[in-house]
Amino acid sequence: MLEWLDAVIQGVLLGGLYALFAIGLSITYGVMRVVNIGHGDFLVLAAYLALWPVMQFHLHPFLAIVPVAALMFVFGYFLQRVLLNRTIGPNPLAPLLATFGLAIILRNGLQQIFHSDSRSFQIGQLGTDSIPVGGGIAIGVFPSIVFAVAIALTVLVSLLFTKTSIGVALRATSDDAETAGLMGIRARHTYGIALAISFALIAVGGVFAGVRTTFTPESGPSALLFAFEAVVIGGMGSLWGTFMGAVILGVAQTVGAKIAIGIGILAGHLVFLAVLFFKPTGLFARTL
Amino acid sequence: MLNVRNLVARYGQFQALFGIDVDVAKGGMVALIGANGAGKSTFLKSVAGQIPSKTGAIRFNDVDIGALPAEEVVRRGVSMVPEGRRLFRSLTVEENLKVGAFAGRSGRWTLQAIYALFPALEERRSNSAMALSGGQQQMVAIGRALMSNPDLLLCDELSLGLSPAVVKDIYTILPRIRAEGVSIVVVEQDIDTALRVADQVYCFMHGRVTLKGAPADLTKEQVSAAYFGIEGH
Ligand SMILES: Nc1ncnc2c1ncn2[C@@H]1O[C@H](COP(=O)(O)OP(=O)(O)OP(=O)(O)O)[C@@H](O)[C@H]1O
Ligand SMILES: [Mg+2]
Repeated sequence: MLEWLDAVIQGVLLGGLYALFAIGLSITYGVMRVVNIGHGDFLVLAAYLALWPVMQFHLHPFLAIVPVAALMFVFGYFLQRVLLNRTIGPNPLAPLLATFGLAIILRNGLQQIFHSDSRSFQIGQLGTDSIPVGGGIAIGVFPSIVFAVAIALTVLVSLLFTKTSIGVALRATSDDAETAGLMGIRARHTYGIALAISFALIAVGGVFAGVRTTFTPESGPSALLFAFEAVVIGGMGSLWGTFMGAVILGVAQTVGAKIAIGIGILAGHLVFLAVLFFKPTGLFARTL
Repeated sequence: MLNVRNLVARYGQFQALFGIDVDVAKGGMVALIGANGAGKSTFLKSVAGQIPSKTGAIRFNDVDIGALPAEEVVRRGVSMVPEGRRLFRSLTVEENLKVGAFAGRSGRWTLQAIYALFPALEERRSNSAMALSGGQQQMVAIGRALMSNPDLLLCDELSLGLSPAVVKDIYTILPRIRAEGVSIVVVEQDIDTALRVADQVYCFMHGRVTLKGAPADLTKEQVSAAYFGIEGH
């Protein structure tokens, strides 16, 4: 019995990492109604960007997150302004194809520079420390940090959406972009901000993922898949819904792996498919 | 202040407006009438920048705004209450109003001024805009448009889906807005209301203006002929 409880707890904590993958995707979908196919590959890019100061200057990986997130924020904004805004229009396939193309370019580029060797970030003792909570269950310190950061960033993003004028503009654009234009909201700019926030969040997720396991230039698609599953389970375009979707996905994976080693990821897919089948709008559907 | 000349508008292959001329004087109140599909909304959307139009077709305060998109037109002082209100559904009443101020034009229309104009909204400021009655939603839509401190307010079918009593209330507000120096264009299906409130009326049919003039100068027969396309006399 307790070992199942243990699996659930580990799953909830894993869900924190998936939330960091997914919330950015949820925001860009919510605001632009476009799925960024390159989401996972940009997450991997952020991890490789962090690799440089960590290797070169022995910067702690957690500290490397700050400049990389800032850089990714700026990069996201300009990518949207310069390239992706041009693809937004009546044809919903255009942005999909554009981000798909970018993903391939990025993946091959990383392959050229870093080859297929798997990389990871070392955080020493902190990576393996855990706190026993009784009954043979121990809670990992690092997964708890990730979970706490995920909650903190979700709170921060929802405050941004409710308390700042750019946040309210993002929600208005999400509701009705045409009418938002009548109010003077420049969609080109709000879309840029949406991708910027998304990219800053995946920078955090990318580094944490690299601490938890390893990454290669090929890691992008599975990160996109987990993010996408979390968003769909939670309900497209809702922040806390996405967070809950990520937790449900994490629990499905760890409990699945408990049932039989090797079917964890499959169990996540099955929960995703079940939600898609029985409640296609997601469990907590709402707009931003 | 608004001078429209030979305005043409299309939706793809379909031509919706065929050379419209409309003038709105400073402080004026103009009503556009016409049957369903006559092109009234298309005209307002063209002026507001939601539908592209040719350079030179639309001049506002002697500036050519024909080629500008909506988010720039509102910065120049043209604001729209769209057909069907189009409130932001995940925003509260107050957030809807605040979004209206996004164009960054200062002036007398602040949150306080809107609440003074529509006291019913102040009590419901934290409610979702969607939880309000149709009449109150229309007040939010008008208030939101005023928050940009426009020189010209475009109102598309304020009476849509509202009871006659509520429509009457809404129309008693317009003179108060006008008294603050805002020029107004209303699209109105109800001919009597249009003739009562406006000082100039334009009748649209099949994308053309079939009649224009001051209500006092127009006979009922002229108006119905222009409205329904029936030959008068
Ligand atoms: N988005 C669109 N795409 C294609 N055709 C459109 C579109 N919007 C309007 N039309 C057509 O353009 C013509 C003018 O429409 P418009 O909405 O301007 O009429 P209206 O006078 O406002 O009518 P109503 O009183 O019903 O609001 C109609 O024939 C309509 O079918
Ligand atoms: Mg109309």
